[in-house]
Amino acid sequence: MHSSIGQFVIYGLPPLVVAAFFVMAWTERRRLGDAAPPGFVARNGWPVATFLIVAVGLWTVFMIVMPLMAMIDLSFRPKLPPPQWGGPKDFYTLENYKYFLFGSTTSTASWNVTHLTAFFLTIWVSIIITVLDFLICYPLAFYMAQVASKARLRFVLLLLIAPYWVNEILRAFAFRLLFGTQGVINNALVAIGVLDQPIDFLAADVALYAGLAYAYLLMMMFALYNAIETLDKNQIEAARDLGAPWWHIHTFIVLPHAKPGIASGATLVFMLTAGALAAPLILGGPRSLWFTPIVYDRFYQAFNWQQGAAYALILLVACIVFVLGVLKIFRLRLGEIAR
Amino acid sequence: MTAAHVRKALFGFYILVFFAYLFGPLVIMGITAFNTPAYPTVSPFERFTLDWFSVLAADKDLVYGLKKSLWIAVLVVLVSVPIGLAGAMVMSQIYARARSFYYLVVVSPVLTPGVIIGISTVVFWRQTTNFTGTKFIYDGTVLTVLAQSSFIAAYTMLIFLARLARFDRTLEEAALDLGATRARVFFDILVPFLMPAIASAAVIAFLSSFENYNTTTFAILADKTLTTVLAGRVRQGTTPALSALAVTIVAITVLGAILYEILKRREEARASRRAAVAARAETQEFAVAPAAAE
Repeated sequence: MHSSIGQFVIYGLPPLVVAAFFVMAWTERRRLGDAAPPGFVARNGWPVATFLIVAVGLWTVFMIVMPLMAMIDLSFRPKLPPPQWGGPKDFYTLENYKYFLFGSTTSTASWNVTHLTAFFLTIWVSIIITVLDFLICYPLAFYMAQVASKARLRFVLLLLIAPYWVNEILRAFAFRLLFGTQGVINNALVAIGVLDQPIDFLAADVALYAGLAYAYLLMMMFALYNAIETLDKNQIEAARDLGAPWWHIHTFIVLPHAKPGIASGATLVFMLTAGALAAPLILGGPRSLWFTPIVYDRFYQAFNWQQGAAYALILLVACIVFVLGVLKIFRLRLGEIAR
Repeated sequence: MTAAHVRKALFGFYILVFFAYLFGPLVIMGITAFNTPAYPTVSPFERFTLDWFSVLAADKDLVYGLKKSLWIAVLVVLVSVPIGLAGAMVMSQIYARARSFYYLVVVSPVLTPGVIIGISTVVFWRQTTNFTGTKFIYDGTVLTVLAQSSFIAAYTMLIFLARLARFDRTLEEAALDLGATRARVFFDILVPFLMPAIASAAVIAFLSSFENYNTTTFAILADKTLTTVLAGRVRQGTTPALSALAVTIVAITVLGAILYEILKRREEARASRRAAVAARAETQEFAVAPAAAE
């Protein structure tokens, strides 16, 4: 059995948060006074109201909040064989985080170069992939939203979605066939005499980056498309009549208008890339550089769940920091991007 | 050549490269499925064969994983569509600060990396199972359904929110004035109105569950689904049987898409016919009404 603090954090806090939510909703109704719409139960009737509360309650408490709390709690515990979990040796410690920084739970003499490099490279490459996806998607998204006829748009949408019917793993597999040493690109380059021997694209991580940019392309595409689509065509027309060159139109009219879409696309692509597991496992070079396979190994190779939880939490915090950073840069609120 | 011509040519080139990037890898994989060498390759193309499809069908692990994936996807649809509907309805009824707080909580699974959802679900239920003794929950299938539903329900909620935004509340009020119970209003007015959204939410939930890897690989424990079997295969080394699988999946989904398109067109045609009939009836009514009034 775990210490009582941990128990409280995992099982006590979520119900308290739910209670706080109801108090919040109730006080807001009170403040509105007569202007308030009819109450929740009055509006839905008992059977439906019960269904709503039970469904949302189970979802938020048991599927969203409690698991996250349990993971956070576990990340602050030392590695112990399962029978000793919650025993006298199971107390809160920072050793998993220490290990992430220094590669040892006791000494702080040297940095944990492997894991730190992997982590920062993951973040850095995810940012690059995000920018890359934006550059790849913007022209087509603009075309779809502002230029294409309805029939053409439907056709392009179909073409876009079609490749993503194939499983994520098989898509990565396709990139292996393309970039392997015996792959199509190498064979072609050798055959036409550009190369005298094949290049190992997998080791050079070219395949990984191409595959990652490919995997989450649609997130950016649809976010951009939705945002640009709401722009009034007359605005572009007016700017053109006033003599604005095409790049002025994009920089000063389309891009500012598409800001929320860019932010939500960037958030999704970054989050998915940083948390990607299939592509790094299948396309990653022999130098294990991606962070998620390390997290995976903590769990299923090292059987160190506590450390795995800590690493997962580090990744989560990095994602949250990125999202907040994007919001800050674009001066948006969370509600505007997660539409 | 004018600047406009140059721009047009550049855009054409970009489109060409874009769709080559999008389809190239898959086309090549498709070709390797029909080539004889045991290692998937396009050149040299030795001889056309369909053997890899029979290799695929005889693969017990893959077939087991496929069945498991389908079963899990059905369960996820059953869990996440009602939850998403409830989530959207609650969202549409609360306001101000409570609403933004609620929004933050229910949208967070969409913005959380899949591995973290998988890990946290396993960790939580392992601990909870340990001291409540509910052993049946700590099972690969159950955990996978729980973990996947936590974020797939958020997807479905977003779909329902979009549809609910167009709902005409006066319909509900009219029904209530005519003496309908709350439950009847829900089942006879709201649910039929939401039917298209329910259908697309179910399809999206099914597909996202079926092809999910990041969350599933943790939550499935010692069990396996199609994607986890595939991931293991691809890491060990590759065979054209996997290409054959991709070809099969594409073939099935293309057929599904064509079917969907046909059904949709038929539905649209029916709807426009009905509208035409209704319009005609209305004009006739107008023609008759003054005569009756006299």
